[in-house]
Order: sequence, then C-alpha cells, then structure tokens
Amino acid sequence: MRVRSTYREALRVALREALRDDPRVLLLGEDVAFYGGAFAVSHGLHEEFGTERVRDTPLSESAFLGAGIGAALGGLHPIVEVMTVNFSLLALDQIVNSAATLRHMSGGQMSVPMVVRMATGGGRQLAAQHSHSLEGWYAHVPGIKVLAPGTVDDARWMLPAALREPDPVFLFENARLYPMEGTYDDAGSPAEIGRAAVRRPGRDVTLIAFGGGLPKTLEAAETLTAHSVDAEVVDLRTLRPLDAETILGSVRRTRRAVIVDEAWRTGSFAAEVAARIAEEGFYDLEAPILRICGAEVPMPYAKHLEDAALPQPHSIVQAVLRTMGRA
Amino acid sequence: MSGTGDPGRDLSLLRVMVLIRRFEEQAAELYTQGKIRGFLHLYIGEEAIAAGVLSVLGPEDAVVSTYREHGHALARGVSAASIMAEMYGKATGCSGGRGGSMHLFDVARRFYGGNAIVAGGIPIAVGLALADRQLARKRVTACFFGEGAVAEGEFHESMNLAALWQLPVLFLCENNFYAMGTALQRSQAVTDIASRAASYGMPSEPVDGMDVLAVAQAAQRAVEAIRASPGPRFLELRTYRFRAHSMYDPELYRSKEEVERWKKRDPIPAWEARLREAGALDDAGRARIESEVAAEIEAAVVFAERSPWEPTEDLLKDVHTEEGIVA
Repeated sequence: MRVRSTYREALRVALREALRDDPRVLLLGEDVAFYGGAFAVSHGLHEEFGTERVRDTPLSESAFLGAGIGAALGGLHPIVEVMTVNFSLLALDQIVNSAATLRHMSGGQMSVPMVVRMATGGGRQLAAQHSHSLEGWYAHVPGIKVLAPGTVDDARWMLPAALREPDPVFLFENARLYPMEGTYDDAGSPAEIGRAAVRRPGRDVTLIAFGGGLPKTLEAAETLTAHSVDAEVVDLRTLRPLDAETILGSVRRTRRAVIVDEAWRTGSFAAEVAARIAEEGFYDLEAPILRICGAEVPMPYAKHLEDAALPQPHSIVQAVLRTMGRA
Repeated sequence: MSGTGDPGRDLSLLRVMVLIRRFEEQAAELYTQGKIRGFLHLYIGEEAIAAGVLSVLGPEDAVVSTYREHGHALARGVSAASIMAEMYGKATGCSGGRGGSMHLFDVARRFYGGNAIVAGGIPIAVGLALADRQLARKRVTACFFGEGAVAEGEFHESMNLAALWQLPVLFLCENNFYAMGTALQRSQAVTDIASRAASYGMPSEPVDGMDVLAVAQAAQRAVEAIRASPGPRFLELRTYRFRAHSMYDPELYRSKEEVERWKKRDPIPAWEARLREAGALDDAGRARIESEVAAEIEAAVVFAERSPWEPTEDLLKDVHTEEGIVA
C-alpha cells in the first residue's frame, strides 16, 4: 500500500524499523536524542529506544565518527548522523583515512558496517558555511558507497539497504527535501544500491539528476512538454557505485544529455557523469553534453543571489532548449 | 629484585623485548638492501612499553596502535613471519601486502593496527570500547599513541568522549619527547601530559617507560581498575627513541650526547641485570633467548623471501566486500 508521508517521516520510519529489528543498531550524533534531531528526523526515538541506543554526542565530529568506526569493528551497527555535510569536513580524516581504507589496508580482515547520514545542499539562505553540496567529493573515494535519496520512497527504503551493506555507506539527505510530500510503499523492500531509476520516460533528451536536483529537474521536464520536448529524467540515486548502464541506455535512446548538479561545476560529480557519457556513448550523441551546476561562488545569503547560484527549473529548461537547438 | 612475581613472565618480558629489538635491527638491514620500502619507523629503545603493557592484556582485549607498531604487534603475538612478509609486500603478510610497515593488522588477535594518521586511531579505540560497553562485555581496549598526538583535536575529542561515556579504554601515551623532529617543549604549552589527561576527569599517571616492570605493574593496575569499574585510564609512558624517526631522518634536532645519555637507560640490559641479580637468568639462559629469537627472525625472513606476490589481477580486491550484502 502507498503511504502518504514527508521525506522526513519516511526517514524516521526507516530509523525506527532499524532500531526495532536489530539490537546492534544505534543512532549516534549531535542532538539526535533530546533535541529530536536538528531536522527532527529522529524526533521521539530516544523515548522509544533509550539514550544508550539513540545517543547524543558532544560537538566532536571526528571523535564520534571514528567511534562509529570502532563500534562497527566491535560488533555494533552504528548509524552516525552528522548534522550537515558542512560539519562533516571536521571528520574527513576518519572518513577518508579510516572508514574507506580499513578493509583494504588490512587485507580484507576488517569490515566497517556503518551508515553515515547527513543533510546536504543549499537553497535555504544559510550562506557560505551551511550550504555545501559535497556528495560528489565523497563519491570520489573508493571504499565507501554514496547514496542520495531524492524521493520519499528512497527516503524510506535506502536506509535498510545501507544497513545490509558490510561496508560504510553514506546517505546524503538534501535538507530542502525534508518537508517534501509524497508516498512510499509500506510493503516495499530495501532499495537496490547502484541502480539508477528512470523517473520520467521520454524520447527527446535525457536529464540526469540526483538528490535535491531531482524535483527541480522533474518540474523542468513537465514545463518542457509545453515546448513539445519529451524529456526523460534519470535519477542517479547512487553516486558510488555509479549505474553507468542506465545512463548510457537512456542517452542511446534520446541522443542528448543534460546533467543537473547543485555542486560547483569544476570537478563536480556532473563532470564524472559527462566523462562517462563521452567515453562510452560519444557516437550516440547528437549534441554536446550540457551541465547545469552551481555557480562558482561561496553561497551568498541574499535570496535572489542564492537562487541565481543554484540550478533552477527555468535554467534547466533553457539548457534543454539549447541542446535541442531551440534557443 | 621484586619481579612480576611470576618467573616465567619475568623471562618472557625479556624475550619479547629482545625479539622486538632484533626484529627491527633485521628490518633496518633489509631496508638498506631495498627489500623493505615505504616508511619504516623503528621502536628501538621503547620496547619495555610494548612488552610490559601487552603482557597484562587477555586475548579478548583489543589493541589499537600507530605507525610505529612492530613492537606492539610482536608483543601481541602477531607472528614475526607474517609481519616480515607484510613489510616485503607479500600476499602472506598480516595485511595481505596492502598495508606495509605502518599498517599491521591481525583481527584474530584483536590487533586493530597500524594507524598512520597521528591521533587517528584514538576515536576508533573509543568506539571499540563503546561496543564492549553496549554489549556488556568486560573487555579493555588498549590504545597506543605518541605524545605528538596530544596536540591533535582528535585526542581531546576522544578523551572527552571516553570520560563522558565512562568507556573501558586504557590510553597509553608513549612520550618519546619528539613529534618527528619537534621537541615536546617546542610544541606543547603544557608538557606534563599526564596532567592534561587528568583534566578530563580520568585517573592518569606518568610511568618510567624504560623500566619494563614499572610499565607492566602500572598497566596491570590500570587494566584491573577498568575491569572492576569501566571508565578510561591514562598512562604517560616516558621513553626514548634510540633510532631516527624513520629511515630518512638525519636527526638534526637532537644531540648525540642526549641520545647516548638515554641509551644508558636501555630497557633490555637494565631488565637483564635485574634478572641476573635475582638469580633468574644466567649466561646460558640469556644465550638461549638470543638464539631462539635469531632462529625465529631467520625463519621470518625466509618465509617473506619465499612467499608469493599477489597477482596484479587482484588489485581491486577488498575495497568493498566481494559478496556485497550481509544477512
């Protein structure tokens, strides 16, 4: 049955299920218990499961993320909530030097079954230190898996999938999506990691997006029907491992690709997707690949400037019309 | 002489120190021959700490170490052969040739390695102890680091977390007075490290790290206290590195006189003299240790020489779990 829910509630349902079903699971992070989670995702869970299993941490990202790694090595299955991707920079050492390396560096002896969740993205007038979109940075690192749920259904079913992995999985929750309404299948099953989804079939152009860029891209695709453009929208869902097959299959049909990524263009994940298409699908293309990315500027506070710094439905529409030779 | 009270253990302390010393002398020789590459950080001079501390841990306890960890690994019972093979980069090494000298792991012995980011192992030790606490296991996690780590944020974050959550960690600061080439008084505002740990509300004491008996006794007291009532303890073990920081260090930062002064306090002859004085060791006994150790090291070198290289086709193995999903 499809259940109406917000993205936030769907995440909470998944968290509650994880805590209920597996006594090894614990939720660890700043303000996850008494405050209810900075974005209210874990609201009420400490009352249900106790403050040992829904555990507030001090503001020490490196120590509590590293403790998550150690707890995983010690037989628990921690879900570490880093309040936002911006603060995850304080834990980069543990993420890049430990979580991602321990299995390989130990010759396969060690497993780090840990899920790290964090809010990501701009668009809420929080200026330059609270608006990063760094999913692509993390996707650069072998040894971790990177998921970016962009729908309510994925908010519900990606966490159980992440918890089935014996290796570290990073779940990037775009903060603008928390209040988004939609539905999930309450009899669904864990999402398939490494599988993109065609969210809207179309014949004329492939729009590739993920996370916070997905709803804008779907909106743009609807607008494009008024221009007689039938756009296909591919939701990457997983940045690492990347489902190149679905991307290339779509581009082979539509012969045009536009990639939407809210991060800065230079060195962006969009650049990786563009390169894959160029390497493996070049002869299928009828027009140059286009990228719609964040402007190369630390995020400004003022709303009109921030809007201009991020991909928007109208800028996506313009780019598509360009690649169709209509602008 | 008052030994540990157990003559067998008294002799074993000597044997372990001699094994570490001779093993590293052999490793240094093999480095000059180009058999071992990468960084090689020798522990020579500091052997009393590994021998003393690890003599009081049980097989269920965990050990987290640094990049200067050959001594800890040997004293934990990781075989000389598997360590030597690791330094050769062979598939039979204790980390499958993926780690080298700085990343020795042996999960069966709960030896969680070989962390080469200064202070990077400390949060992981805290997490291992968190798992023990959460799963109500009476185990201790021993966490080694150098005094250089005390300047890192991860050290302070981890002290706070371990004390706040009263976790069963034994922090072992090997203070050899130089963070690479920077003297303690040139890098720390407060050079009394034990007092800094005490500021987090955990019992803490300085120990003469050149005296294997003092180390073993202090570690024994600390481990018993942790088992009786979980909560971290801290030992500052004052010691000295007789060799260069690594094989590339011309030692411009300290005087030969200073090194010679410390060498007079070499823990091996000091302990040997006390055993002889007590009538627990004679020339034949001493020679036997030396010949057994020599045979073990020779066998380790032969094992490393004869071990196969891992096929290059296996390059991408152990980045993620091959099977993917755990039940």
